[in-house]
Amino acid sequence: MSVDIDSERARDSAPAASPAVAGGRRRPRRRWGDRLLFAWTWLIIIWLALPIAVMIIFSFNDPHGRFNFTWVGFTLKWYGPHLLDYPSLTTAMENSLIVAFAATVGSVVLGTLVGLALGKYRFRGLGTANLVQFAAISAPDIVLASSLLSFFVTLRVPLGLPTIIVAHIMFCLSFVAVTVRARVLTLDRSLEEAARDLGAGPWATFRLVTLPLIFPGVLAGALLAFAISIDDFVVTSFVSGSTQTFPLWIWSATRNGLPPQVDVLGTLIFVGGLIIAATSALFGRRGTR
Amino acid sequence: MKRWRAAAIPYLLILPGGLWLVIFFAIPVIVLISLSTQQGDIVDGFTQTFHFANYANAWDNYHDQFIRSLLYGGIATILCILLGYPVAYWIAFRGGARKSTYLFLLLLPFFVSFVLRTVSWQYFLSDNGILLGPLKSAGILPENFRILATGTAVVGGLTYNYLPFMVLPIYVALERIDPRLVEAAQDLYATRAAAFRRVVLPLSLPGLFAGVLLTFVPVAADYVNAAILGGTGNTMIGNIIQDEFLTVQDYPTGAALSFMLMAILLIGMFSYARVLGTDEVLEVAAR
Repeated sequence: MSVDIDSERARDSAPAASPAVAGGRRRPRRRWGDRLLFAWTWLIIIWLALPIAVMIIFSFNDPHGRFNFTWVGFTLKWYGPHLLDYPSLTTAMENSLIVAFAATVGSVVLGTLVGLALGKYRFRGLGTANLVQFAAISAPDIVLASSLLSFFVTLRVPLGLPTIIVAHIMFCLSFVAVTVRARVLTLDRSLEEAARDLGAGPWATFRLVTLPLIFPGVLAGALLAFAISIDDFVVTSFVSGSTQTFPLWIWSATRNGLPPQVDVLGTLIFVGGLIIAATSALFGRRGTR
Repeated sequence: MKRWRAAAIPYLLILPGGLWLVIFFAIPVIVLISLSTQQGDIVDGFTQTFHFANYANAWDNYHDQFIRSLLYGGIATILCILLGYPVAYWIAFRGGARKSTYLFLLLLPFFVSFVLRTVSWQYFLSDNGILLGPLKSAGILPENFRILATGTAVVGGLTYNYLPFMVLPIYVALERIDPRLVEAAQDLYATRAAAFRRVVLPLSLPGLFAGVLLTFVPVAADYVNAAILGGTGNTMIGNIIQDEFLTVQDYPTGAALSFMLMAILLIGMFSYARVLGTDEVLEVAAR
């Protein structure tokens, strides 16, 4: 998830209203409107962050039994060995990580190549290829999910970790491809030409010039793939058989109450995600300079 | 010979990923369509009989859920525009050097599992939970007041979960607008409202349309919010499809419903792609 969105320039947004129009009445009203918008933006941000706050706070709660939604008392014990109290939850988390790693590696390899082709070359079928990426990204999850299940059932493929991984690579691939494509489009062609003029072959040019230049895009694509994969619920629930991942475990446990371990694991993923996103933002910034 | 090889490079690059998409995306959709006209059951297997009555039966039984999905999707999308446009506007024009920070804050929820966030709202809104419990014991709300298991809770959850998908593309479009255009309009004696209506809003429409596409499609197909926050009277078409596939195992009915949903949304998506192109969506997805 790339955060480095406005690398161009921070525009000076001070209004340069012409003196003829900026009468005495307009200025205060304008500031009032800005303040309202400012408050609104923060209100929305707080609203969006509310469940995160609840999750983090309740990961320190000490409830009786599995129902963790009234505050009882502060404890750190779920961050210790008690985190592993539910073996099925631990297994589900392990499965999530295995799937996310495999899906990231697979989709980055396949998606980077597709992204290079879409960004660097003009060829017959480019429009169709772009349209396929568009369809794969904007198709609703449940359609992908039910199609894949129909496919696997028709071919009598046993459901489990391999089918989950195959499905995840499929829907992460296009996200990696468009991320890499965006980076490739900003490439300065003359750098590759210079390398070739200096006697580098196509492979050396790619390895020593193109790859380092598009690396921030590949990294951003990898993070996006990992984030999408570890959070996926809909497709996974259709093609998983009896295998569980972290989101599936939460889903099946909702009726019996979610133990604090879920909040702890959620908090750990959240903090891990923040750290990785911050690091990659730094990386991306260095790459653009 | 060398020329021919150079021309082959993009196809070779695209081949592995393209094959993956053909095998695990395109062919499964065809299998789904084929399954939707088959008859049989999970034990004896399904056979192709071109039984198009599956579609008529599916529509007869579940048109309520179809209409409800489109309705909830429409309401949630409009709410996302109303809530999200001012946010995108403020960040794009007044965010200054902190634009990235604000966008990052808007994306924070994506670092927490979608299902977990929705369950958090369930706890929040539960009949005697964190929010309603104190209000009820203080006598502000009547004892039988409830939000959970109503359409309001489902639409609220959908709006919550998909709002960032609306804000981002609108922001991208607004950010591209040269502020001097707005100044020029004001120099030409346009009021602030007129400058917004005649300059800013039209220029942000591509982003708005991309946002509508990116929210309406997943919202109309969502079933997690309806399952966790809604009651039996708020089921959407996604809930039925999930039920047919995973519980009842009546695959042909599920496939017919899934294809109908896809067809409705696809018509919308491709007319969008035709009229406005795929660039906006691909660009937003890359962020």
